Amino acid sequence: MAFSSFAEFLAMGGHAPYVWSAWGVTALLILATVWHARVEQRQLLNGLKRRARREHARSTGGAQAPLNAARFTSVEGETRNDA
Amino acid sequence: MWAFINKLRSPKWFYAISAKLQPFFWVAAAALILAGTVWGLAFAPADYQQGNSFRIIYVHVPAAFLAQSIFVSMAISGLVYMVWKIKVADMAATVMAPLGAAMTFVALFSGAVWGVPTWGTWWMWDARLTAMLILLFLYLGVIALRGAFTSRDSASRAASVLAMVGVINIPIIKYSVDWWYTLHQPATFTVTGRAAMPMEMWVPLLIMVLGFYSFFIALTLMRTRSEILRREGTKRWVQDLVTGQPEEKR
Amino acid sequence: MRASLMPLHDHKGGLMIAVKATLMRDLTLMLRRRGEMLNPLVFFALVITLFPIAISPDPELLAVIAPGLLWVAALLAALLSLDSLFRSDYDDGSLEQLLLAPQPLAALGLAKVAVHWLLTGLPLALMAPLLGIMLALPAGSYAVLALSLALGTASLSLIGAIGAALTVGLARGGVLLSLLVLPLYIPVLIFGAGAVQAAIMGDGVSAHLAILGALLAASLMLAPWAIAASLRISING
Repeated sequence: MAFSSFAEFLAMGGHAPYVWSAWGVTALLILATVWHARVEQRQLLNGLKRRARREHARSTGGAQAPLNAARFTSVEGETRNDA
Repeated sequence: MWAFINKLRSPKWFYAISAKLQPFFWVAAAALILAGTVWGLAFAPADYQQGNSFRIIYVHVPAAFLAQSIFVSMAISGLVYMVWKIKVADMAATVMAPLGAAMTFVALFSGAVWGVPTWGTWWMWDARLTAMLILLFLYLGVIALRGAFTSRDSASRAASVLAMVGVINIPIIKYSVDWWYTLHQPATFTVTGRAAMPMEMWVPLLIMVLGFYSFFIALTLMRTRSEILRREGTKRWVQDLVTGQPEEKR
Repeated sequence: MRASLMPLHDHKGGLMIAVKATLMRDLTLMLRRRGEMLNPLVFFALVITLFPIAISPDPELLAVIAPGLLWVAALLAALLSLDSLFRSDYDDGSLEQLLLAPQPLAALGLAKVAVHWLLTGLPLALMAPLLGIMLALPAGSYAVLALSLALGTASLSLIGAIGAALTVGLARGGVLLSLLVLPLYIPVLIFGAGAVQAAIMGDGVSAHLAILGALLAASLMLAPWAIAASLRISING
């Protein structure tokens, strides 16, 4: 242990603002990327599920033809929504 | 070997195998970064010259390593995509670019903050920091170029070419900046440039570096999986996967 | 024009004829648009005029920063002219003809870059000593300034052509082009401006010029392939 008390640990020997801001920004960015990746994955999966449900309803409810057509239109809609 | 490359061609195979690999890298990343953080922040001795401000090294150096490695991996993925037309490689390159830019930013920010107690200024045209800044611009160029195309295939190939051109230039830029710096600032104090570092200092650093690399692999696997869903969402196997239908039905 | 392009289809005629035809065609086209050719030179002179106005007319101060200013301004002027390198050929479809030619695209692209350097890089290098006088550049560094610029702008044209080829298919590629290309220009800038500074301080300049030459050799070897690949992406994409 390089510090004798918790207060001393927080003070970082007078370098507290530098050490904690550098570590804080790093931690924040890492956590933000993980959070973003999780949200992205959930949104994509939900979107795909919703579309599958929609197509399922359409193919069982109406004529059998629209299944392929619906799939085709959704290809165009989904090709570029990454940012 | 060829069977392996052919397997890699299939996003479906990658989606399955990455699901198995991913948890291992997440656990490794969390454990290593946590251990490195506690060790580096609380247990490693303070530097005799820089005091406790030297503890910034435990985020600065891993981020800087990662920033450079990610660019190289991105260029290799681009090459693989261009040569073998493996789509997964391009998907991985797509998700690597923002992470690489973020890591470059972390390295720059922590370097600048470190500069205040060490040099007495927020920014110094130090060789390492300058090279990092140029690397950030290279990352932004790749991201911007990929975003500028409307056709996905052109975007992928253009970004691959630019990443490869960039990776050839990185060592040239690094050496020329080093040369430029030594010419203008002879023998100044560099923050990370000392050879002898006691073991209690470099072991936590090594742990942090390994943790950051595990994090990079884990996040790349996860986001490549998302990218597969985004691009292959209309494929049959993805739809079966989403609706939870058994494989045999196909 | 059309007559000089004919040998492109002669398989036995080979590479040299095709390269020569491309060279002649581009030279003729560029020389017909003299105004466009002069623009980078005027830009160079204008930017150099801005610095004494913005900083100070003091010759002693200007002499210190002159090598860097001249090099940065020349670099920006070369960058400015890049966007038009493939643009008109892309618009009128002759770039596609180039792609269809049986000769390797890398060689034909190299011919286009050579013309670009001949009509922008070389004039910039020849004009720089004149602007050096206006910035009170110390005597003894003028020849090195022109020589380093002549060598350096050749690398700049080659590296820049990769960016120009990548962005030629984009509607607003101009700003993006500078974002892609400027970071790659930095080594050339370091050794180019370094050569002039070394000449002022009376140090040997051969090392700098040798490295500039090495950079040029490396870009001559690698850039044509990247240019060809980029042109293919821009045309077929």
